[in-house]
Amino acid sequence: MKARVTVTLKSGVLDPQGKAIEGALRSLGVDGVASVRQGKVFDVEIDGADKAKAETLLKEAADKLLANTVIENYRVEVLG
Amino acid sequence: MKAAVLVFPGINRERDMARTLQLVSGRAPAMVWHAEHDLPAGTDLVVVPGGFSYGDYLRCGAIAARAPVMDAVRSFAAKGGLVLGVCNGFQILCESGLLPGVLMRNAQLKFICRDVYLKVERSDTPFTRGYNAGQVIRVPVAHGEGNYIADGETVAKLEGEGRVLFRYTGPDGIPDPNWNHNGAMNGIAGILNEHGNVLGMMPHPENHVEEVMGCTDGRGLFAGLVDHLAKAA
Repeated sequence: MKARVTVTLKSGVLDPQGKAIEGALRSLGVDGVASVRQGKVFDVEIDGADKAKAETLLKEAADKLLANTVIENYRVEVLG
Repeated sequence: MKAAVLVFPGINRERDMARTLQLVSGRAPAMVWHAEHDLPAGTDLVVVPGGFSYGDYLRCGAIAARAPVMDAVRSFAAKGGLVLGVCNGFQILCESGLLPGVLMRNAQLKFICRDVYLKVERSDTPFTRGYNAGQVIRVPVAHGEGNYIADGETVAKLEGEGRVLFRYTGPDGIPDPNWNHNGAMNGIAGILNEHGNVLGMMPHPENHVEEVMGCTDGRGLFAGLVDHLAKAA
């Protein structure tokens, strides 16, 4: 099964990279961008076909390693 | 002093650290590979050196923090053992849960390699007894992710409990945003855990220990540790 874990910075955490990207977009003339926050996407292949089990496994992966929950939130999706 | 220096793939400051430990304590440290499950018997100081463990993949220190040897370090620290993390070592200690907070990308997004000034906030700890409280020392930094952040409650606790041991200041010891090169909250350069036996710091005291390096301000940290451990023995 294909699955995806999306890790994003918690609101309120300063994101210097997002700010730099925001500035670059502005200098490229891409107007109308209010702000940018940079995150990470992990595409994961899961063994088996049990969706509930896959979700539990992905949450464990995110809690143990993929996200630092001090500063980051995550979302897991089993895409099937 | 029976020091153990941890070695992870991608670390590159372990030899500087080992050289300094030998110079100051007169005894070469054990070099301990990340896949080990135990520290050498009798270890009284664990040092997590700087570098780029696992190429800084995922987050700085994230993968090293989950290496087998870190379980041994956690139980060593839980029994009161002294642990020092420098630079990537500080990032690893934060990722491993031994210290609170996170080291984010420098506010100016640049990798910064130069000398900085640190105010030593306290001298009554095993790590800072070689200094006077309020003393300003000059040591090098070399990092792209040294911008210390934690939630407001954690920072208030660190400050309230006197756990900020080193702070970026000007040469006069006065906090100044212009001398806070990485944008760290409250100019935090080094913090202690709540039991006072684990220190993480971004600057490299091990690189200012001999006249030939142009400065010996870092030596007090190691001399203090040697003194502390000799008295404890």
